[in-house]
Amino acid sequence: MALDQDQVRNIAELCRLQIDDSQIADYQKNLSSILDLVNQLAAANTDGVEPMAHPLDAVQRLRADLVTEDNQREHFQQIAPATDQGYYLVPRVVE
Amino acid sequence: MEWEVVIGLEIHAQLATKSKIFSGASTQYGADANTQACAVDLGLPGVLPVFNEEALRMAVKFGLAIDAEIGKKSVFDRKNYFYPDLPKGYQTTQLHHPIVGIGHIDIELDNGETKRINVTRAHLEEDAGKSVHEGFEGMSGIDLNRAGTPLIEIVSEPEMRSAKEAAAYFRKMHSIVTYLGICDGDLSQGSMRCDCNVSLRPKGQQEFGTRTEIKNVNSFRNVERAIEAEIARQMDILEDGGRILQETRLYDADKNETRGMRSKEVANDYRYFPCPDLLPILIEDNYIEAVRETLPELPDAKRHRFVKDHGLSATDAAVLAADRELAHYFETAAKLVNDYKLAANWVQGDVSATLNRLEISIGQLPVSAEQLGRILLLIKDSTLNNGGAKEVFNALVALGEAGKADSSVEKVDALVDSMGLKQVSDTGAIEAIVAEVLANNPKLVEGYLATPVEKRGKAMGPFIGLTRKAAAGVNPQVVMEVLKQKLEELG
Repeated sequence: MALDQDQVRNIAELCRLQIDDSQIADYQKNLSSILDLVNQLAAANTDGVEPMAHPLDAVQRLRADLVTEDNQREHFQQIAPATDQGYYLVPRVVE
Repeated sequence: MEWEVVIGLEIHAQLATKSKIFSGASTQYGADANTQACAVDLGLPGVLPVFNEEALRMAVKFGLAIDAEIGKKSVFDRKNYFYPDLPKGYQTTQLHHPIVGIGHIDIELDNGETKRINVTRAHLEEDAGKSVHEGFEGMSGIDLNRAGTPLIEIVSEPEMRSAKEAAAYFRKMHSIVTYLGICDGDLSQGSMRCDCNVSLRPKGQQEFGTRTEIKNVNSFRNVERAIEAEIARQMDILEDGGRILQETRLYDADKNETRGMRSKEVANDYRYFPCPDLLPILIEDNYIEAVRETLPELPDAKRHRFVKDHGLSATDAAVLAADRELAHYFETAAKLVNDYKLAANWVQGDVSATLNRLEISIGQLPVSAEQLGRILLLIKDSTLNNGGAKEVFNALVALGEAGKADSSVEKVDALVDSMGLKQVSDTGAIEAIVAEVLANNPKLVEGYLATPVEKRGKAMGPFIGLTRKAAAGVNPQVVMEVLKQKLEELG
């Protein structure tokens, strides 16, 4: 399955990856061959096979509704690029 | 052209769990920014979500309350998008296998009829954090306390045909989730939010018109107003031969208009896939039945019972049953006095007026249901007249306002005594007072006796007034009887 250049750009945008125009041809080739590899699965006959939600044949364990976490804000915010008054700061987002 | 309005709602209700849907961080509202956002909520590497059993139980309870099929196998999916209030880069939600399938609720229309609205599905998901745009000098502040709060998103079929119906549906859902105790229903804190999908089509046309989605409307009133405004906007465009752009819009309550949100450069592509960190949830029939056992009486059932068993009017019953706390208050008082109509009048009268005046909820009213029941009982046995009852009620409210609330039943009796509100019903005592009044007002008596018999009823008025003035708190009914008898004796 061959991706075109616009699809590569779109994928990069969705993933928030900045790629150079000069790199697009490479990505196009590599991503397309990955898709080809995965696409071999399409050849398998899946009639009557229920889609699998998880590879492990197990059921979700549940936890009791208890507050078990303490406030570790100081600790977590040491690795944040910018904080103020307890908030994480990001470039301004306005809808 | 005649247009038909088509409305579907997506309601997000925060589940009233103590901890988050996938972590042990608190969901308490109003904490300092980021003090309740743990490593799981922040999406730090190496963490694993573990599903909260209470969120599951609440979602199942909701499904049963709207008579829906419960998904015995439900699966969490990742909805991928980037936004600063979503630190993991995806929202954990349910796409193909929601916990709640097709169900329905009934809404009451203005003409008294009932309309059934089908619910397509309801699924579990996590809430995002909050962005604050003021006070950070060109930056936005992110508070992730809300991130990971459990939500159920309730999706209706596009079956509402007016803004009023949509508001009635939102109200009914609010009533149901608060009755179930699965959501605190506090709209001002964002516990319930609503996205409204609105489109128009020529009357009689099968095919739907292009719809717009109004995001995050957070009050009953605004649901109605936002939809009205959007209908008017779409109608103008269509009448002029234009076409509607499918888009997301925001409602500006100050201007009473909707406006388009800045459209993203790239169309949304959420790339859903099953969350590898979470296994499927399997539910057994006996679990569902055990949850069913815990269902309380729901608003519709309560409303019908108020009408059928206690003779309330449909309107009274609807008002009193809509809010669980109010219904409980009303019923507690009504049972004590064993007079539902009297209690209904008081709850919708003095009680509601006080709640409105003080802008408080029924739980904060300084007059307890037991106290109201006692007051009503004192009216019933003629210890208090209506005016006196109001005085006691207001005195209790005033105590509460002064920070000296006393919710004991004894306080009612103490107030009746200290305020001298007890009615004198003792016939002997009243006879003495009446005799004195008649003796002191010979001219009035003369006038009365000169009045033709058929007009004497009205002419008795001044005597009643004088008697009550002479002795405050006399039972007016007894006064009437005694007066009638005494005056008749005179001629």
